Amino acid sequence: MSNQVSKVLVFAEISNGKVKKGALELLTAARAASLSTQIVLLGTGAKAAAGTMGGWGVSEAFVGDNAAFDQYNPEVFAESVAGIIKDSGADTVLASSSLLARDLFPRVAARLGTAAVSDCTELALGGGLKVRRPMYSGKCSAEVSFLSAGPKIVLMRANQLPVGEPSGAGQVAIKDVPAPTTSGLKTLIKEVLKGASGKLDLTEANIIVSGGRGLKEAANFKLIETLADSCGATVGASRAIVDAGWVSHSMQVGQTGKTVAPSLYIAVGISGAIQHLAGMSGSRVIVAINKDANAPIFQKATYGLVGDLFEIVPLLTEEFKALHS
Amino acid sequence: MKIFVCVKQVPDTETKIKLKADASGIDTAGIKWVMNPYDEYAVEEAVKTRDGGKASSVTVVSVGPKSRAVETLRTALAMGADEAIVVDAPEDVDSAMTAKALAAAIKGEGEFGLIMTGKLAIDDNLASVSQMLAEHLAIPHTTVVSKLEQGDLLLAEREVEGGTKEMVQLTKPALIAANKGLNMPRYPSLPGIMKAKKKIIKELTLDGLAVTTNDARTKHLNFQLPPEKPPVQQITGDAATQSKTLATLLRQEAKVL
Repeated sequence: MSNQVSKVLVFAEISNGKVKKGALELLTAARAASLSTQIVLLGTGAKAAAGTMGGWGVSEAFVGDNAAFDQYNPEVFAESVAGIIKDSGADTVLASSSLLARDLFPRVAARLGTAAVSDCTELALGGGLKVRRPMYSGKCSAEVSFLSAGPKIVLMRANQLPVGEPSGAGQVAIKDVPAPTTSGLKTLIKEVLKGASGKLDLTEANIIVSGGRGLKEAANFKLIETLADSCGATVGASRAIVDAGWVSHSMQVGQTGKTVAPSLYIAVGISGAIQHLAGMSGSRVIVAINKDANAPIFQKATYGLVGDLFEIVPLLTEEFKALHS
Repeated sequence: MKIFVCVKQVPDTETKIKLKADASGIDTAGIKWVMNPYDEYAVEEAVKTRDGGKASSVTVVSVGPKSRAVETLRTALAMGADEAIVVDAPEDVDSAMTAKALAAAIKGEGEFGLIMTGKLAIDDNLASVSQMLAEHLAIPHTTVVSKLEQGDLLLAEREVEGGTKEMVQLTKPALIAANKGLNMPRYPSLPGIMKAKKKIIKELTLDGLAVTTNDARTKHLNFQLPPEKPPVQQITGDAATQSKTLATLLRQEAKVL
């Protein structure tokens, strides 16, 4: 099958009227490969956001500026997005590997009889599509060979590609996406309970501070939260303390939790079970703070601090605060 | 109402992965195979639903190498599932083929009210078969479900980004992909294990379900182990010195703060 990339469609998510960073990473990659790029923008504010996309090399935008797209509903999105992909004539569809995209695109791929791969970490567009993704939660990785003739759908993990700057002011042709059918749906979102934290999700975070069993008891997790606040980090946890009920499973990093790849990962009181290491070893810089010099976490760490976390963490919090003041 | 649960056999999470010499996949020698952890939540929820009188039976289905996929099916039977179906398939069968085979196997059994799966298999980490299967069966789906209420309609709680929760209502038949937190999977009881041993597992083939390699959409190749990390840079001294040094290194050397 041809892996030639000539027409790219980027599915972009909008947050507070702005195109999310993950999509900008993909647009930067497409622009660098001088590709003809279309974009999909759905939800309130899509039209205004589309107007700003000329500088990112976008020539055409599929715009569904409709509140019916503000809340993700797999049934509604699958119908509209499958239609857009068909209309676009794109051979390659790119999206950030968010929870929404991971839920949506396999269904769209099955509808179109094409391929979708999630959670990719390497992407080359010029000279043919080349994609690599972690397997076994990062214990190894593999290249993906696409066997279908139809559009190839690639979901890229956030923070893997550089983000450029908009340049020039190209014209973006707007194509209106028809309003979705909302009657007779078998899927209804009855309620959305907003999380307390305004922080980035673990999978998108640039800095993560994680705590483990070395914290001794649930009340001490406060130390992790305070350290995270001092450097704008998202908070994570090891399986041991999730299973012990100290924190919610949504915070678990590892093979049965979230696979993360921030610029900085600080592991506090985490010894480094294989399944935890699998979930975080893709991080660019890893700091391990642990009292046991032989803990496996140090084999993956960039910087190691052997010592008492109860002494180190409060001092480190002060140092980080000083850096940011 | 019949419930179907799709399960997969995967290497245990403590497995150290080694590659085949030609990098075409992982070396499976010596691997301890277990039921995909997320599928345990799916099996538990199905058995619990039946025991609560809201379903008539639970059938577990697996697509994979027959010789070992049946082990995971026996585990599910021992947990309380009523029937099991194995679709014999090569180790590297892709998501598209798997979903098509599962759909055909389930349709072949007649009516169903609920399909349960795990949200993700911890081997290829694609998290795609569930949604593809729902599409082939033309039923609604929701994934990452941590709470499920069953009545005439299904009400599923799913945790999305940043701790936000969505309450999703689905018309049956529907597919639910389970997340950790949905329940506490039971350990198979000894009588359960004995009973499971005697059960007949229905055997199907890809050919018999009209699924061919033409249905494959992707293949993983050129496997690589992660690059070796340079040795750790240990920061010594008392806690105050360690903290100060680390902050400086993170800002000036690593440039991440």
